Amino acid sequence: MDADPIFLARLQFAFTIIFHIIFPSFTIGLSAWLATLGGMWVYTGEDRYQQLMRFWTRIFAVSFAMGVVSGIVLSYQFGTNWSRFSAFSGDVIGPLLGYEVLAAFFLEATFLGILLFGFNRVPPWLYTLSACVVAFGTMSSAFWILSANSWMQTPVGYAVKNGVAVPVDWLKIVFNPSFPYRFAHMLNAAYLTTAFVVVGVGARFLLAGRHLREGRTMLRMGIGLAAVLAPLQLIIGDQHGLNTLEHQPIKVAAMEGHWDGSKPGELVLFAWPDEKAETNRYSIAIPYAGSLILTHSWNGLYPGLKSVPPDQRPPLVSVFFAFRIMVGLGIYMIAAALFGALLWWRGTLFETRWFLRIIANTWWAGFVAVIAGWVVTESGRQPWLIYNVMRTADGVSPVPGATVLGTLGLFIVAYGIVFSFGIYYMNRLIKQGPDTTEPPQDDLSNFGGNPIAAARSAGRDI
Amino acid sequence: MESMEMYLPLIWAALIGVAVALYIILDGFDLGIGILFPFARNETERDQMMRTVAPFWDGNETWLILGGVGLFVAFPRAYAAIMPALYLPVIVMLVALVFRGVAFEFRTVSHSKKGWSFAFALGSILASFSQGLVLGGLVQGINVVNGQYVGGSFDWLTPFTVLCGLALIAGYGLLGATWLHMKTDAEVAARSQRQARYWLVAVLVFMAAVSLYTPLAEPRIAARWFSLPNFYFLWPVPVVTALVAFACWYWIERGREVPPFLAAVALFLLGYAGLVISNFPYIVPPSLTIWETSASPGSQIFMLIGTLFLLPMVLGYVIFVYWLFRGKVHAGESYH
Ligand code: HDD
Ligand code: HEM
Ligand code: HEM
Repeated sequence: MDADPIFLARLQFAFTIIFHIIFPSFTIGLSAWLATLGGMWVYTGEDRYQQLMRFWTRIFAVSFAMGVVSGIVLSYQFGTNWSRFSAFSGDVIGPLLGYEVLAAFFLEATFLGILLFGFNRVPPWLYTLSACVVAFGTMSSAFWILSANSWMQTPVGYAVKNGVAVPVDWLKIVFNPSFPYRFAHMLNAAYLTTAFVVVGVGARFLLAGRHLREGRTMLRMGIGLAAVLAPLQLIIGDQHGLNTLEHQPIKVAAMEGHWDGSKPGELVLFAWPDEKAETNRYSIAIPYAGSLILTHSWNGLYPGLKSVPPDQRPPLVSVFFAFRIMVGLGIYMIAAALFGALLWWRGTLFETRWFLRIIANTWWAGFVAVIAGWVVTESGRQPWLIYNVMRTADGVSPVPGATVLGTLGLFIVAYGIVFSFGIYYMNRLIKQGPDTTEPPQDDLSNFGGNPIAAARSAGRDI
Repeated sequence: MESMEMYLPLIWAALIGVAVALYIILDGFDLGIGILFPFARNETERDQMMRTVAPFWDGNETWLILGGVGLFVAFPRAYAAIMPALYLPVIVMLVALVFRGVAFEFRTVSHSKKGWSFAFALGSILASFSQGLVLGGLVQGINVVNGQYVGGSFDWLTPFTVLCGLALIAGYGLLGATWLHMKTDAEVAARSQRQARYWLVAVLVFMAAVSLYTPLAEPRIAARWFSLPNFYFLWPVPVVTALVAFACWYWIERGREVPPFLAAVALFLLGYAGLVISNFPYIVPPSLTIWETSASPGSQIFMLIGTLFLLPMVLGYVIFVYWLFRGKVHAGESYH
């Protein structure tokens, strides 16, 4: 088979960005969690918050490093793999990325230095402030990159001159129609992902009978947060879907497996969408429920896949199944968080071992849901790169397929190594748990030989 | 309107030029530490070396992102022409940066530091070499038709680009050695001082080679330097370079700590200025100028407004962390 440069460029982009998004999903949430812990520490003066903060900062550092290096790769992928797209849309997308670098990346990178290495150089308030700044930086980074991505989904505020998209109205470009929903949904996804990791680690400590005080704090804070955020994600997701129906109806048809727009939609729970026969096989569906969700009326109609020719439909299988994975995990997260809250209310959260075992083993739920969500969004946009404006096939770089294949192999090997070690190290850091029991002599070395900090912390322990 | 379209690209070229210069200097000493890693005697010394840059490396690399994204913002058509042409060196550089970037954290949490020390050194050397290839590839010219690169995946590979790759390794080595001499004590500082001399000699040899080769190979560059009113203004460049190199040597010999580093930085800036003089106003030599590839004024102004506010802030807090972590890193201090 001759190497198809378009397919390979897509594969390479998808691989590098899926690898990347794993880390932001965690670091956006984790930095906010660190800032919260820092705030509680400064406010209450209680030692356990400071210990938890230091514990999670080590894990944060490993994860952040992987997020940074994989992100640098992405910022060059636009040029290396999508040069025609860059030449066409650089005037519009470029400044959004430019603002991301200037307003967000520098902020994160600089204050990260203080967060990781400044513990015994700066006073607690400045240390905590650095955590807040990093959290704010990751949030603004999400703001700008999602604005850029949303513009590709729902492009407005531009004109095409001499074969190039030029900006007309920046406010419209930045706050394009799908942006508010995508920003809210992704940010909430990141916090939810982190909440499930924190809860999972807390449950692991309780099950092992170690670090009980810290484990309980993590469980309480995480379950409390997830009980609010998980149902909220359903509401935001529903609104997001309605917005998508307005702007990208064919994407929604692909998510729902809805072929015939002249009939009310059913809610397809499971099926195998058959692209050739233009129908769903093995379908299990609730009649009219699709219309009810999307149009809020029993008999409401919305466009089906058959309303456009096959070459304008997205790849069905990936959109359809990824959507079900995401929503399924969303519902699981709602159930787990609410049940956990119920146990907490009844006072048995820390003793219900079967429940602890389940949540200790589903720390990954958020990551998988995030990746699935992005596959829905991005695959569902196909065959367009910029929706209804530029096709993916027209955006690719003039680079031979074999070259793209070679570098894809390089990325797979490199990321495979880095990812395996990263996960292994993070897992080991988690196993070690927070430093809580060490004698004062050990403290001395831990605090970089600063006896005052060590004495202060030892004093708090008692 | 006419004049705006004339001046905006100039302003942007200057801004990107500054970002790239800052990148080369800041990440230069940081990559230089990796280049010097193999010469350290043991992991304790490597800890000490790494500590001198650990709080800064992420910020330093952000200038690389700014360089790439700045090109995308202000000169999208140049970005679109350059990246496919230099595809392989760019991607090899990125993968190398992945390994050296994660090594900062992985080294401290792994049982044996050796493996990630090796990854850090190899990543740093490979990234520096690739950056030299990219630079050389740009200077020797890129074949562009209708705004898109035409040519093969290996067109960049010539003796000249390899020379540039080695030159950059030597340059970063010099920056790294003078940085370490300034920021460490004991054995590491002493060895860096000894090595700085060798790196300086290597840098001078490479600078001379590149300066001789480019005008010989590229008539447009020869015309730029040796045609007549230009020569009157340009002859000080090599003379000042020679003076700075001499001063650098002298200060290293005298055991001074800060001046050799500053002289190394000045050498870099002079070499960089030479390249700019050779190629301006081409951004994709030998065919596309900054005006032909520039983004629309609406985009450049929108970004310029933000830059005027944000860049001073960025510089402010970058200076703040460098100040916060000032002073020497002593042998045997713990990492985090
Ligand atoms: C600003 C641009 C941008 C942003 C923020 C994202 N994407 Fe995207 N994505 C693209 C721009 C893009 C693209 C350049 O437009 C691609 C390459 C090929 C294509 O069709 O779209 C793409 C393709 C693409 C594909 C392959 C789809 C296919 O070819 O069927 C996947 C799975 C993702 N992306 C996943 C993601 C994830 C996980 C993201 C979260 C970070 C993400 N995208 C953000
Ligand atoms: C094509 C799309 C993307 C590009 C080009 C990109 C680019 C980058 C770059 C260059 C970095 C490194 C910055 C540094 O040095 O600190 C980075 C990190 C980051 N990115 Fe992305 N990114 C993309 C998608 C996303 C998305 C969709 C999100 C969030 C929703 C996101 C959130 C972040 C965050 C929070 C970081 C900080 C580092 C970390 O989390 O580990 N990125 N990205
Ligand atoms: C609970 C029910 C949920 C619903 C109804 C829902 C709905 C949606 C819809 C309709 C989209 C596609 C929008 C578009 O492409 O235009 C989407 C995308 C996405 N979803 Fe969900 N979602 C849910 C749960 C979750 C959960 C639990 C997570 C992760 C923790 C998540 C993460 C994402 C992400 C990252 C995207 C891609 C970015 C975006 O377009 O916002 N979703 N979701």
